[in-house]
Formats: sequence, structure tokens, C-alpha cells
Amino acid sequence: MTALSRAAGGGSRAHLPDWLLPWLAVAAALALFDLAPRVGLLPREHFPPISESLAELVSQLGEGSFWTAVGKTLQGWILGLGIAALLGIPLGLLIGSNRLLYRALRGLIEFLRPIPSVALIPLAILIYGTGMQSKVFLAAFASFWQLIVASLYGVQDVDPVATDTARSFGFGPGQRLFRVTLPSAIPYIATGLRIASAVSLILCVTAELVIGSAGLGRSINLARSGGNEELMYALILATGVLGLLLNAIFVKAEKRVLHWHPSQRPLGAEA
Amino acid sequence: MSSGRRWLAVGLEVAVPLLALALWAVLSAGSETYYFPPLTEIFSTFADTWLFERVGSDVVPSLTRMGAGLAIAVLLGVGLGLALGLSPRARRATSPIVEFLRAIPPPALLPFAILVIGVGNSMKVFIIGLVCLFPILLNTIDGVIGVDPTLRETARVYGISRRDRLRNVVLPAATPQIFAGLRTSVSLALILMVISEMVASTNGIGYFVLESQRAFAIPEMWSGILLLGILGYALNGGFALIERRVLRWHRGARASALS
Repeated sequence: MTALSRAAGGGSRAHLPDWLLPWLAVAAALALFDLAPRVGLLPREHFPPISESLAELVSQLGEGSFWTAVGKTLQGWILGLGIAALLGIPLGLLIGSNRLLYRALRGLIEFLRPIPSVALIPLAILIYGTGMQSKVFLAAFASFWQLIVASLYGVQDVDPVATDTARSFGFGPGQRLFRVTLPSAIPYIATGLRIASAVSLILCVTAELVIGSAGLGRSINLARSGGNEELMYALILATGVLGLLLNAIFVKAEKRVLHWHPSQRPLGAEA
Repeated sequence: MSSGRRWLAVGLEVAVPLLALALWAVLSAGSETYYFPPLTEIFSTFADTWLFERVGSDVVPSLTRMGAGLAIAVLLGVGLGLALGLSPRARRATSPIVEFLRAIPPPALLPFAILVIGVGNSMKVFIIGLVCLFPILLNTIDGVIGVDPTLRETARVYGISRRDRLRNVVLPAATPQIFAGLRTSVSLALILMVISEMVASTNGIGYFVLESQRAFAIPEMWSGILLLGILGYALNGGFALIERRVLRWHRGARASALS
């Protein structure tokens, strides 16, 4: 760094408070993507000024077709995640709590887990067609592995002393499950659910894009092939907002459910 | 666990996957169901298709796209990650943009890539690189922030130049975290490779699988799914090996600190 730029950096540091930085950066990025196409720095047919895409997004908020697409995507997301949770969490808990069962199935799980779920798209089309069922199947398949592995690790992380203590105090298997095993495994399951939620959304958008099931993914692709670039960007932005919102919901729920857990305490609180 | 039970466990670990495969073979033998051809037929189609007739025409292009996309993601992700990790103000300024871009489900960016770049090879490399960038970038940032301050300040006090500090202190300390990001990116790269080839391509494994389904060449379709499964497993395993090798010092250091 030269002395000059250091001086300039020092000068701006005095003027710009930290909280202003993110706002400035966002404003600068928006200005760049609004002005660059207007002055010809970016090809206008591929990059409409961002203000026009944002205006399109606002007008879409009043369109029924937009909300139908959002609804279809969300429907696939929740069904996929729900099925995966109903199957994956109990299976993971069961396999994780039995040493022999775990060893027997470990190889199978480790082999099946890295298979990219998108490889099953053709199979899904064959069996379930191009509608909601295919989408749900793919989303559930992909999220299932996240959840089974998360709950498996969760159970195995249970403090053996806690389990033994509960046992010597005469807790039955059911009581041990609900009072010792589950509370220790829940942080893992919560993280697994948050990741599985993102995975489910990704697979829904993929299915809509590749197979053509109704939803945001298909709408984005139709906007592109129809030459409506503003709409395409507006819908991509909307999909990003949806991803942010779903993630925020899970983070908030995690905080709420796990308020007692050390991972949720503010840093430095233990000191 | 007693030694008898231990042997049972090892035996089960080997036997169960084999049994599952055998079960599939038995259940599908003489199968009349159109969608589920006998496993033996899938295997023989696999041998005809992938050993090695379509390796040059489909497997090599697919792997090249993946490799190129990943390479770009690593270069940009580690480079930008180091810069943002070392500068709290830059990090703060860019965080809303990075968080938003990362929240967009990756396939939603595919139409954007097709619009801007077209349907060729560079579009696939671009989308793989763009999507794989984020896990590497965010993990590099975290890794750099997590460098032991004592270590960093000691290096500075000893007058080690900024460049050497970066190369010999910050980067190695952040490597375990960078690898964690890379692991996510490798599986993302495979997924994006398949999707981009399904949506717009004239060759590649993803293209082959979807075309086989459209042509109702069911054993071919299954052989392609099998290949993608093997590829996913091999990439995962190969990556774990490389990680263990590169981070040997890290595990060693941790083990000796614990003992």
C-alpha cells in the first residue's frame, strides 16, 4: 500500500461510520447496474437497468400469476422437506442409537449420500411425470440425506455419562430418549433442518427449470426464452428474497428452540 | 463391544451393501416393468456405453467443465476471501451483497447465464464457477478471521513482510476452513454440471441421461444415473484423501496438542 492511498484510507475512515458502509456498497452496486447499461458499458439487451427490473418486481407483486408461482414453489419445498423430515429424522435417530445397526448401514449411507439427486431427474419424469410429484420426490430425496446424517451424528454425540446416569437412575428407554438423547441431538437436527430447507428449495427450482413443473424456476426460464429480461431479473431477485426469508425463519426458530444451548449464547458470555 | 460383536459389525458393514445390490439384482431379474430393467441389463449397458465408447464424447467434456469451473471458483474465492478476511471494513461493506447472492438458489441463475453467455461451454463453466465461489469465499473469510491473533501479531512484531505473513501464516491457518468450503463446492459443481447439461447442451453426462429418458432408452438412462452415482462417490472419496494429505500437519498438530 502506498503512503498516498493509506492517507486516503485514513481520511475516509474518519468520515464514514461503519454502519454506513453496507448501505453505501448496496447503493453503489445498484447505481452501477443501473448506469452501466444506460451508458453502454453493459449490453442493454442482456442487462436492463436494474431500476427497471426492480420496478417489474414491484408490479409483479400485484400479479396473481406471480403469487401462484411462489405458491407452487413453496408447496414443493414444504412437502419435500416434510417428507424428508418424517423419514430421515426417526431413521437417523434409530440408526444412530444402535451401534450394530449403524455399522451395518454406514457403508450403504456413505455410498448413497453423495449421489447427486439431480441424476434422478429422468427417473422422476418417468415415474411421476412433469408435475408437482416429481418436484416433491426430488426435493425429499435430496433433503432426506441431510436429515438422516444430521440426526445420526446428533445421537452419537450424546454424552455417554448422561445416558449412563439416566439409566442408573432407573429411566426407561422411552424416558431416556425424550430426556437425554433428543435434547442433545436437537442442535444437530436443527442445523440439518436449516440446510435441508435450502436443499429442498434448490431442488424445487431445479425441477421447475429442467422438468418444467409450475413454479418460480419455470417462470424465470419462460421469461428468458420470451425475451422479457426485466421479468427474468425480477423473478431471480424474488427467488433470492425467498431463500433469504426461509433461512431467516429457520435461524430464528433455532434461536428460540435452542435458547438454552451454548451455541446460541452470545460470544464471550461464558467468560 | 465384545470381539465377537466387533467381528459381526465389520462383517455387516461389508455384507449389507453387497446384500442390497444382490437384492436389487434378484428383484429386478426377469423384470417386465418397463422402467426398472434387470440390474444385469443395466450393467451390460453400462459396460457398452461407458467402457469406453462415450468417455471421449461425454465424460471428458463434463469433467472438463467441472474442473474449469472449480478452478475459477478456488482462485477467486480464496483471493477475495483473503482480501475480505483481512479488511473488516471491506467485509462489512460487501456482506449484504454476498449474503443476498448466496441466498439465490443456484439453478435460478442458470437462465441468467444462458441469456448473457449463450448455451456453449463457457456458460457451463461460468455457472459452475459462480455457484462454487460462495462456499469457498465465505469459508476463506471465516478461516482468515479465525487465525490466532497471537500468531498474527507475533509474525508482525518479528518484522515479517506482509506478503510472507499472508503466505506463511494466514493462508496455512485458514486452509482447514478453506477445505471445508471446497468440499461443499465439489458436490455443488457436480450438481450444476448435470443441470446445465440437461437444460442446454449437445453432449455431457447430464445431456446423455435426459436424452436417454426422452428416447425411452431406459437401460441407457439407468447406466448414466449409475455413472453419476459412482462419480459422486469417487469425487467425495478422492476429495477426502486429498484433504487428509494436505491437512496432515493440522491433524498432527492437534493430536500432539491433545496428548
